[in-house]
Amino acid sequence: MTPTRKRRLIAVASLVVGIGIAAALALSAFKENMLYFYSPTDIAQDKVPPGAVFRVGGLVVAGSVVRSSDSLDMRFDVTDTAKTVNIRYTGILPDLFKEGQGIVALGRIGPDGVFQASEVLAKHDETYMPPEVHDSIEKAKRQSAQAKQQSANTLTP
Amino acid sequence: MIPELGHFALILALFVAIIQAIMPIAGAARGHLAWIGMARPLARAQFGLLLLSFAALTWAFIQSDFSVAYVANNSNSALPWYYRVSAVWGAHEGSLVFWMLMMSGWGFAVTLFSRSLPEQFLARVIGVMGFISAGFLLFILLTSNPFDRLVPAALEGRDLNPLLQDVGLILHPPLLYMGYVGFSVAFSFAVAALLGGHLDAAWARWSRPWTTVAWLFLTLGNVLGSWWAYYELGWGGWWFWDPVENSSFMPWLVGTALIHSLAVTEKRAAFKSWTVLLAILTFSLSLLGTFLVRSGVLVSVHAFANDPARGVFILTFLGVVVGASLLIYAWRAPNIKGGGRFDLLSRETLLLLNNIILVVATATVLLGTLTPLLLDALKLGKISVGPPYYNFMFPLVMIPLVVLMGIGPLTRWGSASVGELAQRLRYTIIIAVIGGVAITWLLFGKASVMVIIGSVLALWVILTSLQSLWRRLRQRDGAIAALSAVPAAFYGMTLAHIGVGVLIIGVTYTSAFSSEKDLRMVPGQSHELGGYSFRFASIEKITGPNYTAQRAQVEVTNSSGEQVAILTPEKRIYRVQTSPMTEAAIDGGLFRDLYVALSEPLGGDAWAVRLYHKPFLRWIWLGALMMAFGGLLAASDRRYRIDVKQKRTHAEPINDPALAAQQ
Repeated sequence: MTPTRKRRLIAVASLVVGIGIAAALALSAFKENMLYFYSPTDIAQDKVPPGAVFRVGGLVVAGSVVRSSDSLDMRFDVTDTAKTVNIRYTGILPDLFKEGQGIVALGRIGPDGVFQASEVLAKHDETYMPPEVHDSIEKAKRQSAQAKQQSANTLTP
Repeated sequence: MIPELGHFALILALFVAIIQAIMPIAGAARGHLAWIGMARPLARAQFGLLLLSFAALTWAFIQSDFSVAYVANNSNSALPWYYRVSAVWGAHEGSLVFWMLMMSGWGFAVTLFSRSLPEQFLARVIGVMGFISAGFLLFILLTSNPFDRLVPAALEGRDLNPLLQDVGLILHPPLLYMGYVGFSVAFSFAVAALLGGHLDAAWARWSRPWTTVAWLFLTLGNVLGSWWAYYELGWGGWWFWDPVENSSFMPWLVGTALIHSLAVTEKRAAFKSWTVLLAILTFSLSLLGTFLVRSGVLVSVHAFANDPARGVFILTFLGVVVGASLLIYAWRAPNIKGGGRFDLLSRETLLLLNNIILVVATATVLLGTLTPLLLDALKLGKISVGPPYYNFMFPLVMIPLVVLMGIGPLTRWGSASVGELAQRLRYTIIIAVIGGVAITWLLFGKASVMVIIGSVLALWVILTSLQSLWRRLRQRDGAIAALSAVPAAFYGMTLAHIGVGVLIIGVTYTSAFSSEKDLRMVPGQSHELGGYSFRFASIEKITGPNYTAQRAQVEVTNSSGEQVAILTPEKRIYRVQTSPMTEAAIDGGLFRDLYVALSEPLGGDAWAVRLYHKPFLRWIWLGALMMAFGGLLAASDRRYRIDVKQKRTHAEPINDPALAAQQ
């Protein structure tokens, strides 16, 4: 191999290694920062790994929003129509947060079993429903319909 | 009647586009002069028809013609006239007509500024653009006709989304679309060159100014988007890594790579195949961005549209465009002759590294944007990746790029020596490192590793850019002779690179030294933040043209007790859509922004309030504006306007050593 060829080979090899390292880093960073979405039903069924940071979504239950009188602390319930999760949050809410609205919260379940949110998202369109929330509500409805069907079957001899 | 006229003009435009896609290309292939001659009139007719159609739609908005469904859904008779005009591109259907208007406008511009191009080549360019136009017009007419009537007509419109009633929306989409669509010109030039088999330095020279102009529009569009999100979304961020932002950022990254690789192809006749691929990739990413935004697949504040038929159409069209152009590439690429040779250490190699890094950066963004969608489509779970992923990856990829950026312009084409480079750069490196550390320490009195890296890199880019300009100037005696001997393109590059340095300063300092506080405040209460005192003075009720609002008055004083600003943030309720909107109040400055947003009433006179102190925020946009202005300077360079048709006959052999030698 001529010296020029050798140098060129080293250059190409180091390039490939460089891109490989970048790809490996990107994939591991992706995996580390990946956030799963769970519905209130998933939480009730203990599908969430303990201590995990994740997103939960649903409709804000009417009458469930309770505010502190001297700080920005608040609590509210979110439901997928089958199960409900209690969420605690401190800070500013998005403009479209209101009772009955579909929202998504980011955070983890605290030791007391309450979901501690670090961020609450509501979309800037009244008619818009976060797709995850929409799907989880549909799923909950289907399951309750099935359950009814089954109980109806067991009742009829 | 007028909406039908607009609709009819769109249908005619589709027929013109189909003829435009076939005749000139067939003419160029068979050497049929009359068919080749059809290119210009067809492209101009296309532009005229779209202008007519767009005017008809605008007319319907100004007249508040609520018998047109699109107008009824996105306007209101109480809307001020300027928002009625900008509402034309405020939602899906109209923004596509607007997109097409720009597309045909670019085609029209090509027919005007192409006197120096060979007719055959021009015919192919116009033909490829006609093909793309036909696809989009078909899309509009089949799935998203803005002229559909509403029977019976609505009495009143549902109003424009309040979020979009803003000067940012008047300007942001037009600039962004100009950029997106502008890359179709670079794409068409590349495909035309492949079809004709003349992939040479002359082709690169013709496409450079077009690519640069498209890039500068995309730069401005991204800056405006960031500015709009900063003050209108109300929560003080300037970049969210939202999929919609990503979909305009990816073409920008690859477009930046394309600009640099075109330079190599023009000056050294190297990287030809690579440059063509980049041109195809850039426009494909523009189309992908359109798909992501317009199909409603995204979970995002921008995804207003929601209709699977649209998504399938764009995805199919994307497949056809990418597939066809890659097929043409595979068919023609073996004929592309090898480019000029260069050594391992040369400006060519450094620009190749620039390209690789920018493509890797694009891939990083693409991975973060598309993977959640793919997993969801395959029912493998609903996931998302947030800013932490990008904030980890981006500095990692960009730091080497910025280091190289300082070296590149000071390195010789063809072959450079390590010793010479080290000699040129030794003092610059020392000054950048010492200066970077000193500046952070003097300004803030404290610094983390990332802040020092950011400061040193910014200084490094700015110093090396000035140094390479200085080397150029020194070649001539006399200040004026020296200044005028340097081509505009060189000034453009220098300014754009310094802009990168300025942007790095903004990003670094804003990220590291911003402070924010969410508070419960009652009138009379004060809070200290970032050396300023914010006093919540009062709150009052006001009435706007189509909304009512609560407006607070917040007095800001500095540490010596002088009043620096009175900020009046608002909480608006729009009458028709009844959704609350936060209008933040900002006192902007070169070295700091003070930002107050009203969140919600907490009972009594108490409000939830967010306060921000953001140092050096404006430097981010200032840097990006310098980059865009640098692009303008580069595109205005005189050498793009000289008659290349005559030149081409001399420069025909691609590997002509004479061509390679002249830089």
